[in-house]
Amino acid sequence: MRTARVAYAGALHEATPHAEGLLLPDGRVVAEDAVVWLPPVDAGTIVALGLNYADHARELAFAAQEEPLVFLKERNTLVGHHGQTPRPDGVAFMHYECELAVVIGRPAANVARADAWRVIAGYTVANDYAIRDYLENWYRPNLVVKNRDGCTALGPWLVDAADVPDPANLDLRTRVNGTVTQQGNTRDLVFDIPYLIEYLSGFMTLAPGDVILTGTPEGVTDVRPGDEVVTEIDGIGRLVNTIV
Amino acid sequence: MNLAIDEALVRVAGEPLARDVRVDPRAGTLAWCGRTRAAADLGWQPPVAGAVYGVLLNDKGTLAALGDTVHAPPYRAPPNAPVLYVRPRNTRSAHRRPVVVPDGVDALAIGASLAIVIGRTACRVAAADAPDFVAGYTVASDFCIPHDSLYRPAVRFRCRDGFCALGPWAIARRHVPDPDALEIRVEVDGALRQRATTRDLVRPVARLVADVSAFMTLAPGDVLLTGVPADAPHARRGQRVAVTVAGVGTLENTLVDAAEAA
Repeated sequence: MRTARVAYAGALHEATPHAEGLLLPDGRVVAEDAVVWLPPVDAGTIVALGLNYADHARELAFAAQEEPLVFLKERNTLVGHHGQTPRPDGVAFMHYECELAVVIGRPAANVARADAWRVIAGYTVANDYAIRDYLENWYRPNLVVKNRDGCTALGPWLVDAADVPDPANLDLRTRVNGTVTQQGNTRDLVFDIPYLIEYLSGFMTLAPGDVILTGTPEGVTDVRPGDEVVTEIDGIGRLVNTIV
Repeated sequence: MNLAIDEALVRVAGEPLARDVRVDPRAGTLAWCGRTRAAADLGWQPPVAGAVYGVLLNDKGTLAALGDTVHAPPYRAPPNAPVLYVRPRNTRSAHRRPVVVPDGVDALAIGASLAIVIGRTACRVAAADAPDFVAGYTVASDFCIPHDSLYRPAVRFRCRDGFCALGPWAIARRHVPDPDALEIRVEVDGALRQRATTRDLVRPVARLVADVSAFMTLAPGDVLLTGVPADAPHARRGQRVAVTVAGVGTLENTLVDAAEAA
């Protein structure tokens, strides 16, 4: 089962895939380009991981970590499938980050690693942009880098956890204007999904709708207005975003 | 939709919706719908439920205390942009709610702060216009597990359940004529432990709203803490913490053990 949240004909709907487009709960079938795609979950707390692929950490010249690098985001930063992300004027390096997003489905406090899969509702694709020009060394990466309006694309679908047999072995890639620029596999996460749920729920209670962005592999490049950035995870979805 | 406050916005137990009430701090009473209630008899929730952001190093004393450290690794330079952190929903707490000190932690630092409650969607607001975007103010007790390094976001130290108390109410902006000249007091078990003033903010209220809304939109009901004074006092299990922002309110919380809260 996969679901999207879309705006169509003056209302919000949950939509599911259909051979001719999208199926709305009342039976209407509508074309994919006739709707506005919203983030597939009404997100609660948004937790993001930095440097969680060994190759990307090397790319940024960071040594191995003892503890996950965690930062938080708010809902102002979210946009859906086919959304637009603004590049600020005068910056030199803005890059995408293709990430597997884990959506929590049950209240989760002090969840042991062995039980972690049970609290997951499903998965979606995230493209979490960063503007590196704004990096400073205080609570790095700070919100001016990672919590800008519209800088985290999410979607298109929330895919039920039951339909993702092995979340720890998913190929992911980014294409900029059709050219593959970033590739990886979720097996290379430094801190894997059960570890992250055990770690986070060990000090903060997670709730249904909370989202964990699990980090990005190497291959980040600068993107410019007009670029079409497609982040894709096999079995999860293909998320399209345009820089403006 | 805009959030407008005439007197003081409260959310109390037994009331499904927020109420705009008349507060009499001296008598310790709240009045709405023609009835007067004793504040001591009420159960409290945070007055608003939007996003909550804290700001680090927004107090001149805090920056001064760091001295040359700001130029040394890992920081290498003083901050340019406001150093913000998200207070996620699990951290929300309210007036008179117990705050749990995690196992293995001796004491919590008490982050006393004036909190701005946003009234209108604020996107790229000029400082001169910022007051129009403020619905009112509340008091924050922004607790954390003391930590020295400010290099990485201190999520594990800050984002414990119930660590960010707000309240008791959000008082209307018109009752706070100068938010940049408010005394802040922290009492622990009735003893004065800290005295500060919002005169010492690096970015005063309007400048902070402008600089934050320059890159992230604040929505009605969102809350922006103006920052914690230097040398935040600590409190231990069993101690009563009262944070007062003059003219805004007094927010009280007792620190408890995890077992006691369960």
